[in-house]
Amino acid sequence: MATNQEHTEYVLRIGDNALILGQRLSEWCGHAPVLEEDMALANMALDLIGQARMLLTRAGALEGEGRDEDRLAFLRTEGHYRNLTLCELPNHDFARTKVRNYLFSTFQVLLLSRLVGSTDAELAAIAGKSLKEARYHQQHSGDWVIRLGDGTEESHRRTQEALDYLWPYTAELFAPAPGEDAIAAAGIGPAWHELEQSWEAQVHPLMVEATLTVPPRTPFKSYGKFGRHSEHMGHVLATMQYMQRTYPDTQW
Amino acid sequence: MEKKEWPLWEVFIRSRNGLDHKHCGSVHAPDARIALQVARDVYTRRMEGVSIWVVQADHIVASDPDAKPELFDPAEDKIYRHPTFYKLPDEVNHM
Repeated sequence: MATNQEHTEYVLRIGDNALILGQRLSEWCGHAPVLEEDMALANMALDLIGQARMLLTRAGALEGEGRDEDRLAFLRTEGHYRNLTLCELPNHDFARTKVRNYLFSTFQVLLLSRLVGSTDAELAAIAGKSLKEARYHQQHSGDWVIRLGDGTEESHRRTQEALDYLWPYTAELFAPAPGEDAIAAAGIGPAWHELEQSWEAQVHPLMVEATLTVPPRTPFKSYGKFGRHSEHMGHVLATMQYMQRTYPDTQW
Repeated sequence: MEKKEWPLWEVFIRSRNGLDHKHCGSVHAPDARIALQVARDVYTRRMEGVSIWVVQADHIVASDPDAKPELFDPAEDKIYRHPTFYKLPDEVNHM
């Protein structure tokens, strides 16, 4: 039997991924290489923030301490965020942004496809809505990874560098989290390691098509989803939380 | 160094089933597949469409604006080409 806290943490992990990656993608607004991609990236940022709103609302309800989406999004301290380290890393350049989006959205599609059948009816409904968005993110970012990897000499170099940089952080996606087996047993959602094979089976062929080399696994581990974040997380939160911290309970 | 610009694509959106695709603007994209995706992101964000066509602008053959007199003016005084001079029997509705 999954405890309420395990259930809350499970939903928080999914919601915080969407929140923090959505915040990161929003940094592209006004800075993308062309207007068309500027809008595409802002659309995806808004999709993710929309997902985060629903998921954090659900997590707040499960927690039962009266915290709504805003309090969870803006008033937690760093150690209480449960997002993957992958989601908080800086955008760096267009290549790294697209490779990250592809690695993450491929994972998200697999996860949401399973959550559609969750025994948590609200989570299932959120997953159904989010899955359509994630599928588009996966298609768009995957198409870009292929074009950048199999593009010019410079785009290939940058995309390979992006993959080399991001790859070690993908091990965290499938690292066992406390309570996950109980969550899986209760039919709330899969333990994330269950998704690893399908994820690898999709990612590798696409990287081959993009003429990129997937680096070997190393002992490197990141721990964002356990609340131990990289040095970049504080900067994300400083920007994101500024308004609520400076003007508490402000509405707009 | 040669600076390559992405080609321009004209975007046509069909707003509802049964209506025609209408020209609504253009996007720059490296190829057709990405052109469709960015057209979706730029022109259908507010539920404007159910179908998108993109056509590379170079592939559209347009009439010459300077040829307007010979192309279009001669139709001006041919009102008999409009089917407004026929008396329709009452049984024929909605023509």
